[in-house]
Amino acid sequence: MAAISLPHRLTGRLNRRGTVVLIVVAWIALFAAFRGRATLGLAASDVTSLHTSLNHLNTAVGADRNSNPVFLYFFNEIQVGTSQLVTMFQSLISQPAGDRPLPLIGWLGVVAIVTFVSWVWGNWRVALLALGGFVFIGLQGLWQEAMDTLALTLAAVLVALVIGIPLGVWTGVSRRATKIITPILDFMQTMPTFVYLAPLTLLFLIGPAAATIATLIYAMPPVIRLTAHGISSVPAETLEAAASLGSTRWQALRKVMVPMAKRTIVIGVNQTIMAALSMVTIAALVAAPGLGQTVVQALESLDVGTAFNAGLAIVVMAVVLDRVTTAASVRVETANRAPSRFGPKLRRPLIAAGAVITVFAIYLSYTYLYAAQFPDVVDIGTPIKQFAASVTGWVQTELAPITAAVKNFVTDFGINPLQTLLDTSPWWVTFAAIVGIALVVGGRAAALTAAACLGLIIGTGLWQDSMGTLAATLVATVLVMILGLVFGVWLGRSDRADRILRPVLDAAQVMPPFVYLVPFIALFAATRFTGVIAAVVYAAPVAVKIVADGIRGVPAASVEAATSAGSSTWQIITKVQLPMSARTIALATNQGLIYVLAMVVVGGLVGGGALGYDVVAGFSQLSLFGKGLAAGVAIVLLGIALDRITQAAARRETTGA
Amino acid sequence: MAAPTHEAVQDTTGAAEPVISVRSLWKVFGSRAARIPATPELAGKSRREVMDQTGCVVAVKDVSFDVAPGEVFVVMGLSGSGKSTLVRCLTRLIEPTTGQVVFEGQDILAADARRLRELRRSKFSMVFQHFGLLPHRRVIDNVAYGLEIRGVNRSERTERARAVIELVGLSGYEKSYPDQLSGGMQQRVGLARALAGDPDVLLFDEPFSALDPLIRRDMQSEVIRLHNEVGKTMVFITHDLSEALKLGDRILIMRDGEMVQLGTGDELVGAPADDYVRDFVRDVPRADVLTLKWIMRPPRAGDDLDGPELGPDVVVREATRMVLAAEKPVKVVRDGVLLGIVGDEEILAIVAGD
Amino acid sequence: MGLSRLRPLAAITAALALVLAGCGGAKVGDTSSSASGGASSASCGTFNLAVNPWVGYEADAAVVAYLAKTKLGCDVKEQNITEQVSWQGFASGQVDAILENWGHPDLKTQYIDNEKVAQDAGSDGLQGVIGWYVPPWMAQQYPDITDWHNLNKYAQLFKTSESGDQGQLLDGDPSYVTNDAALVKNLNLNYKVVQGGSETALIQSFRSAQQNKTALLAYFYSPQWFFNEVPLVKVNLPPYTPGCDSDPQKVACDYPPYALDKIVSTKFTDSHSPAYTLVKNFSWTNEEQNEVARSIAVDKLSDDAAAKKFLDAHPELVSKWLAGTGKS
Repeated sequence: MAAISLPHRLTGRLNRRGTVVLIVVAWIALFAAFRGRATLGLAASDVTSLHTSLNHLNTAVGADRNSNPVFLYFFNEIQVGTSQLVTMFQSLISQPAGDRPLPLIGWLGVVAIVTFVSWVWGNWRVALLALGGFVFIGLQGLWQEAMDTLALTLAAVLVALVIGIPLGVWTGVSRRATKIITPILDFMQTMPTFVYLAPLTLLFLIGPAAATIATLIYAMPPVIRLTAHGISSVPAETLEAAASLGSTRWQALRKVMVPMAKRTIVIGVNQTIMAALSMVTIAALVAAPGLGQTVVQALESLDVGTAFNAGLAIVVMAVVLDRVTTAASVRVETANRAPSRFGPKLRRPLIAAGAVITVFAIYLSYTYLYAAQFPDVVDIGTPIKQFAASVTGWVQTELAPITAAVKNFVTDFGINPLQTLLDTSPWWVTFAAIVGIALVVGGRAAALTAAACLGLIIGTGLWQDSMGTLAATLVATVLVMILGLVFGVWLGRSDRADRILRPVLDAAQVMPPFVYLVPFIALFAATRFTGVIAAVVYAAPVAVKIVADGIRGVPAASVEAATSAGSSTWQIITKVQLPMSARTIALATNQGLIYVLAMVVVGGLVGGGALGYDVVAGFSQLSLFGKGLAAGVAIVLLGIALDRITQAAARRETTGA
Repeated sequence: MAAPTHEAVQDTTGAAEPVISVRSLWKVFGSRAARIPATPELAGKSRREVMDQTGCVVAVKDVSFDVAPGEVFVVMGLSGSGKSTLVRCLTRLIEPTTGQVVFEGQDILAADARRLRELRRSKFSMVFQHFGLLPHRRVIDNVAYGLEIRGVNRSERTERARAVIELVGLSGYEKSYPDQLSGGMQQRVGLARALAGDPDVLLFDEPFSALDPLIRRDMQSEVIRLHNEVGKTMVFITHDLSEALKLGDRILIMRDGEMVQLGTGDELVGAPADDYVRDFVRDVPRADVLTLKWIMRPPRAGDDLDGPELGPDVVVREATRMVLAAEKPVKVVRDGVLLGIVGDEEILAIVAGD
Repeated sequence: MGLSRLRPLAAITAALALVLAGCGGAKVGDTSSSASGGASSASCGTFNLAVNPWVGYEADAAVVAYLAKTKLGCDVKEQNITEQVSWQGFASGQVDAILENWGHPDLKTQYIDNEKVAQDAGSDGLQGVIGWYVPPWMAQQYPDITDWHNLNKYAQLFKTSESGDQGQLLDGDPSYVTNDAALVKNLNLNYKVVQGGSETALIQSFRSAQQNKTALLAYFYSPQWFFNEVPLVKVNLPPYTPGCDSDPQKVACDYPPYALDKIVSTKFTDSHSPAYTLVKNFSWTNEEQNEVARSIAVDKLSDDAAAKKFLDAHPELVSKWLAGTGKS
């Protein structure tokens, strides 16, 4: 049977590839013939009538803000409430409270609380890590900004959990809810955060409220998804047992489903906290307080040292929060049984003792200056800044020819040809080519989605800019996949490499992209390549991790069989491991593409042009507000189309259709 | 094989009011499932035909039986026979399509949610194949779960749980967690949990399929012991014929959702209703199941009629030695009436495996 | 056994040490650094100052914030946000004052006239000029490049990888006031606008262009300290006439001279805070701003240090700005 079906699968795939090649060849031919005509271009300063009407919407909303009931009773209430929540957290740990010149809980109190909580929820190892991490941040000279960031993150995460966990439970229990909510969650997560900043400020003005809500949109989906997953993973038989004993639905939920899903829910909390922290720098664009402001300022003055110092603080905070919540998820599962270090009897009094120490530390930090304001004794910040600046300076001077060569190579042979093909072909040629490729690679549904999205993009009036962004995205994705395959295969095959490199990948994922944007500008100037390379650095760790997981998921038996048949390493990789993890690789492409799109947009801040610039300009120039909104919509549409196509292609890999 | 006498194929129920009474129970999965039993033409078709024609799956087809009080009623069949669906229909874990399920005189299918819950809490409980325990609770809290949701206070339910734990032989493990126990012990917890609420009927869904053979044997003995001790009515689902014969007072064989034969173990082995059952019971050691009434022959002229006497319900294996050792053929007698003769030839025919 | 005993012992010792060491030391409140007089801190309160992303503005903000903090006892909160976003902050109270506003008649109409959340607080004394500039070596070598009619002749000189076949016109931060894209189109220039991203990028580009004698045509402006380092030469576009830039899409003339002014929120005005008086009085010349800007950008002084250095040398400005607040 296998022998008969395999050639069929193979020819199916070959047919697909052949058709795609044909489409591309036809495209290039038509491009050569009709180049420059009907490109639907829009000059940078021009706006369409759609954009103008959106501008009018903006002014109308602004005028109505204090009279329209929808605003008065809904949006304004939310804005005020959220601001107050954030301000409350801030006055606890970071900003002067009332007529005190310092927050209620000073650095000693915060450090004590963090260490104590980490120990109680996790173990003493993460408690030490938390202690060390927070003290480090203080020594960097960034205590107040870090506390501002922590306050904002806490507020956002709190709201996310209060809304997200019940929503996740509902989704886990009800299939209908899943059908409604999943596409919304997809949307919330694939939409580049940059895009909804402007609409949010329209509704909620700038400040901590808009920042919190922007963070919320990005950070809520993980906890909803994981809670739903945990709830729906409860074995059906256990639920039957509970029902057969006469439980009501509420009793089953409370006593069976939620306790059994606790571990997954805590993992969801972990993911939400990570997502919230990653929004820190973007939130600064709408006047969110904290480390994000430091980074954005450093971006303006191209101060690599300050950017790196602040970025490092964000990474440290992220690592601490990540390890603590992960330890909490482990403890939730095993705590009851595994005896703690000192035996369960000793734990209670120890917790009590710890609580007393913590309260005492809080009291000290409330009363005494040295415990309230982080002392200036040791300054790690300056050496770090100088180190980062000198490294970048060295690379700039010594490696200038290499960096210039790389930039020129990628630009001349990657970005420029593709962009020229995409945005100077007549629009109908590009449209047909993209839909055709979508049809061949992803199937009918994907092609329809692509056609609909492209049509709507034409409607936004930003076709040419969209093609420019598409070109940059594709180039970046290709680079990401090259890195993903090379490093993913390496990490998948070698445990030692995995152990060494994985923390590096984790740190790279957590480091705010704005931070490494600064040295990249210093190295490559403000060009499209900078946007591309920043996107590559942002997306590559994800792709590498997914590919490594896929390689590792190939059954050991298959690899053993190939080895004992005498295959070389290269043959095993190309003939066994890669084909058998084809589905995972396709998924890695999908994820890489989404991440790349999110960063390519940020590239608009630094010479990336195209849709990214339109969004940024719309955000900063009133006359371009409508165009900025339209550009945001175009980015989302591009994201949806690309996402559908790659997901459909991934699905087809399994069925071998 | 001597033809069974007329007494053998009687339905033993009717003596007392049945605990569970099932009439014409149907379960069909699919859209507009109710039309299948309602339409005589569709109702008569086989499962395959209905599937092809309507896309619906007939899981349980027109099943009727009674369960007497204190009886161990076994439903047997291979996978896909509908036995698991059937037992779930009895407690409405799966809602039947049509039919009647009467429990101690009450129609279960007509009960509203609250009444159903009460019935589940106090009248019947179920033991599951993969145990269905709550991994985040200790053994004692697992066992007390049914009482907890009923609102019984802590001290009372802990005491009751302890008693039941002792009953199933798990004393000392109250504070352990399920994942610290072996499979057999986990199923004992499941058993204890089912017993804790003092139900009238216990339902078992292939409870020992997931256990090792040796443990399975122990658990079967455990069930027999419990049945002797507390005397509860039991409905037992299994695909293992030897288990069914060991535990069951009466056995219902199902195939493709339909009833094939309902009777005691020796009826199934001695008088299989069709080739399917015959094939099914082929490997059973007949001497262990059949009783003398199945192998006796009518007395002939020339038979020596003063040999030893045995009742008709004595299992052949137990009678073998006596028959072979006796010089005269054994008389099969009930209430002083001579029913037949069993001689060496009859015994040897069975033992030699005809 | 020894090691596991050690740990609780260590914890208890540490706790005891904390207890002993903790008590004693300066208390919060009696040496509160920000208040140099309890009464004044109550009357000033919080002062939300927008800081837009160019170093000239940073200089404005440095001196004003320094005085507000040290002389008036205000709690100064600096918001690092772009020009237009700053205006949005008036309504929510995120922003109390903008110290350097470049025109923006459309924003004035929306926020001052229509929504009434903001008010004009008068001129800050600075004269703003925006234009296109080339490094001095180009003006020497190609003297006619200062006339815009000749730009197309030199377009190929300015070609970069980002501008394709066209010459490159380098802009700064995307949030800066700019008509460049419209100008390029309406004057039929064979140029493409490329975003440099920030003021620092512009300065760095000019510096290396002059040093390495490479071509650069870029958006620049004064007041700007960089002119003292490299005397950039302006390219003259069609002269500005009033009303020629009313339709942003049809602009075909040079930038107007800007009389830079200050904008404050209505809430701030009504609060009668001494900070408001300070902002109202604040005004200085281009050269004075350049002095502070250079301290920040070139000498790398902190904002407060640069402000202190300048204010110590100009006590007359200090008294002028603090007039009416009751402080000196």
